[in-house]
Amino acid sequence: MNAAEPLKCRPSDYKSEVKPIWCPGCGDYHVLMALTRAMAALGLPPERLAVVSGIGCSSRIPAYTNCYGFHGVHGRSLAVATGLKIARPDITVICASGDGDGYSIGGNHFLHACRRNVDLAYIVMDNHIYGMTKGQPSPTTEPDFDTALAPGGTGLRPFNPLVVALASGANFVARAYSGNPNETAELIVDAIKHPGFSFVEILSPCVTYRPDQRSWKDRVHPAPVTPTDDPARAARRLMTDDGFNLGVLYRGNRAPYKPPTAAAMLAPESLDEEFVV
Amino acid sequence: MTSGASSVSVAMVGSGGAGVLTTGEMLLEAACAAGWNGLLTRSVGPQIRGGEAASLLRLARAPVECMADQFDLLVGIDWVNAGRFGDEIPLGPASLLVCDPAAGAPPPMAANAKRVIQLPIAELTKAHPAWRANMIALGAAGHLLGLDEAALHGVIAKRFATKGSEVVTANVAAAAAGAQAVDGDRGRVALAPVAPAAAKRWLITGNEAVALGALQGGIRFAAAYPITPASDILEWLAPNLTKVGGTLVQAEDELASVNMIIGASYGGVPSLTATSGPGLSLMIESLGLATASEVPIVIVDVMRGGPSTGIPTKSEQSDLNIAVYGMHGDAPHLVIAPQSVGDCWVSAHWATGLAEALQAPAIVLSDQFLGQAQTAIHRPAERPPAGQRRVADGATLPYARYALGGDGVSPMAIPGTAHCAYTADGLTHTERGTPTSGARDHLAQLDKRRDKLDGHEYGPLWATIEGESEIAVLTWGSLTGVVREGIAQARADGVSAKLIAPRLLLPTRPAEMSAALAGVKRLLVVEQTHGQQFLKYLRAHYDLPAAVSVLHRPGPLPIRPHEVRRHLIEGGSR
Repeated sequence: MNAAEPLKCRPSDYKSEVKPIWCPGCGDYHVLMALTRAMAALGLPPERLAVVSGIGCSSRIPAYTNCYGFHGVHGRSLAVATGLKIARPDITVICASGDGDGYSIGGNHFLHACRRNVDLAYIVMDNHIYGMTKGQPSPTTEPDFDTALAPGGTGLRPFNPLVVALASGANFVARAYSGNPNETAELIVDAIKHPGFSFVEILSPCVTYRPDQRSWKDRVHPAPVTPTDDPARAARRLMTDDGFNLGVLYRGNRAPYKPPTAAAMLAPESLDEEFVV
Repeated sequence: MTSGASSVSVAMVGSGGAGVLTTGEMLLEAACAAGWNGLLTRSVGPQIRGGEAASLLRLARAPVECMADQFDLLVGIDWVNAGRFGDEIPLGPASLLVCDPAAGAPPPMAANAKRVIQLPIAELTKAHPAWRANMIALGAAGHLLGLDEAALHGVIAKRFATKGSEVVTANVAAAAAGAQAVDGDRGRVALAPVAPAAAKRWLITGNEAVALGALQGGIRFAAAYPITPASDILEWLAPNLTKVGGTLVQAEDELASVNMIIGASYGGVPSLTATSGPGLSLMIESLGLATASEVPIVIVDVMRGGPSTGIPTKSEQSDLNIAVYGMHGDAPHLVIAPQSVGDCWVSAHWATGLAEALQAPAIVLSDQFLGQAQTAIHRPAERPPAGQRRVADGATLPYARYALGGDGVSPMAIPGTAHCAYTADGLTHTERGTPTSGARDHLAQLDKRRDKLDGHEYGPLWATIEGESEIAVLTWGSLTGVVREGIAQARADGVSAKLIAPRLLLPTRPAEMSAALAGVKRLLVVEQTHGQQFLKYLRAHYDLPAAVSVLHRPGPLPIRPHEVRRHLIEGGSR
């Protein structure tokens, strides 16, 4: 997508009237902008799209679109999205999360969603902090970052979501930066179009609890290499990159999850027969 | 015993893997094929192999929904760890014991037996290596019960058909040898003859009945996480949902399974999961989400001993509290408890319809006894009222998902419906679904969700009510059959009592319960919990008579009919 080109649908067609609760300057505004641009680029009617989320600042995003939305409990968005997509394969399902929701309380679902490879796009707005609960360390927080809950820092090695996604079987792995909404929109479109489970980690600064993240705009850069379909190669790159490489970092070709189907449909009443004596 | 008994109870014990459970199933099948009724339960230890297992079988002329007070026949394939069943297999002074003297001394519970019939299992299997010990025991038990030998051999042939004719021949020969060995006592515990059943019957377990009822009630999506004793439900649904165009997906944990079914149901597909106490505990937060976001789901809880891991393989009714009160906040939902194996079908079917019609989560509160009991039942003549989800079609705009008014059930837009897109939310929300923390919206939506459930007309399925008396017994779930039989025993002693067993535990039905209790002066409450959870539930929600006594016990030791009888006759003094 090129923002200069005229669109059949406008991003505003996908934006609701609900006013975001986000702080002024929050990176998530740009993610919302990128998401609605991506939706416009896809050109799908809003009712064919569903945005599913959990809890946290980022997870407020469904109601800010005018697509079908589901704002569930903390950490379980991927499970809701999985059930919805398997039950309704005709709906385009986007799952949205944050680093606390997706990598901490929802960490197990992340592993298994990657493994299961249901045709979903999973976008995680990562700001390395719990913002909604006012600044506690998340799995991606730097070990020496001082907070009230972990004075002097956690001392823990940050979680590497992209490597974990790759190791767990995600079929598409990308990193975006919210400050580049056009590129982020393109990556979201790519993720939605790519079959199977597509993961887009979006660096989305928290200006309130992580003002230091304003420097991200100077640190991000396009990945210097073209995407690979070799997970081992992609993993090696991701293990050694600086965390600011943007773009598609892995593009796999695994067939998406497909539930079993029967050759012929039976009437529910006929299932009695196996019990008859 | 020449004319035969109306009910005969058989216990078969052996070490896990010895085929005791298979033997019980085959004995039940042969008896049912001949027209008798029967109920088969199991008692097993936690080991997969090498533990202890018992098939507990009651055969009768009329349908039975509980085990008898005593076992008439105890068959020991071996006695390894059999002593652990001591409390669960009471023998009476007329009971028979069948065992191999070579297997060593019988466990203490066998000391009551009137007579020991020797079955040389070790000798026979040594002479014929292809013969299985459990088939020898099966032939012996069938012979003592007076079952038609050809019918029993037919069951063996059917069961082992896929294993080839050599296996069938060996097993038939083993059963015939078992029968021969006890020929002197043929028919000693015989059942009175019955006419073959006129109508077709189902030979089914409670877990299968739940699964079938839910599927026929409309369930088309299930998410599964294995747990004893509920996995049978999910394993039956896995192939069978596919056959009707539905889907089952295995989840990574119970947190995922409940949220997967919420997602699928939000997508318009009636959805279910099945679990036991530990899994229900994990699902509780999301049950509240289903309540708040008004997404219909069905959760089957097949209760086992708790708390914590408890006794995974044995029954208890102690999840009542978590099922009724588990959620944080004020979270109205449905709790429906089946009362027999056949009622598992009815309850699951009904719960599915109610969840859909009322856009609320429904818990089906079954237990290990019902779930893993197998019995022959008449095919249900009537299906519970079908429940249809009220959906929005986009004709009335602007669309408000959580609109107030009417009966509280607001039309639900299904993704794909134009002009109705909304965000379902676990946050307190306005009629449009927009999050709010305002007092007025909070109260309005709490009222809406309460009133839609309280105001629904549930009809006669809400409870089983039988008889009229100043004495009543209030019970629930799998104890309903025990109490019914205990009341029948007391009646023979001149004491009559009324049976009241609510199937609908939530929402409560104060007016209906008042009517049921009108004129009752003395009440006996019967339940399988340590903490008297049902009595406390009743006291919290209903006006009870002044004189209330309680017969309660935790699992796994079942409450037996004679205990109910004794409480009724002795006036509840303990």
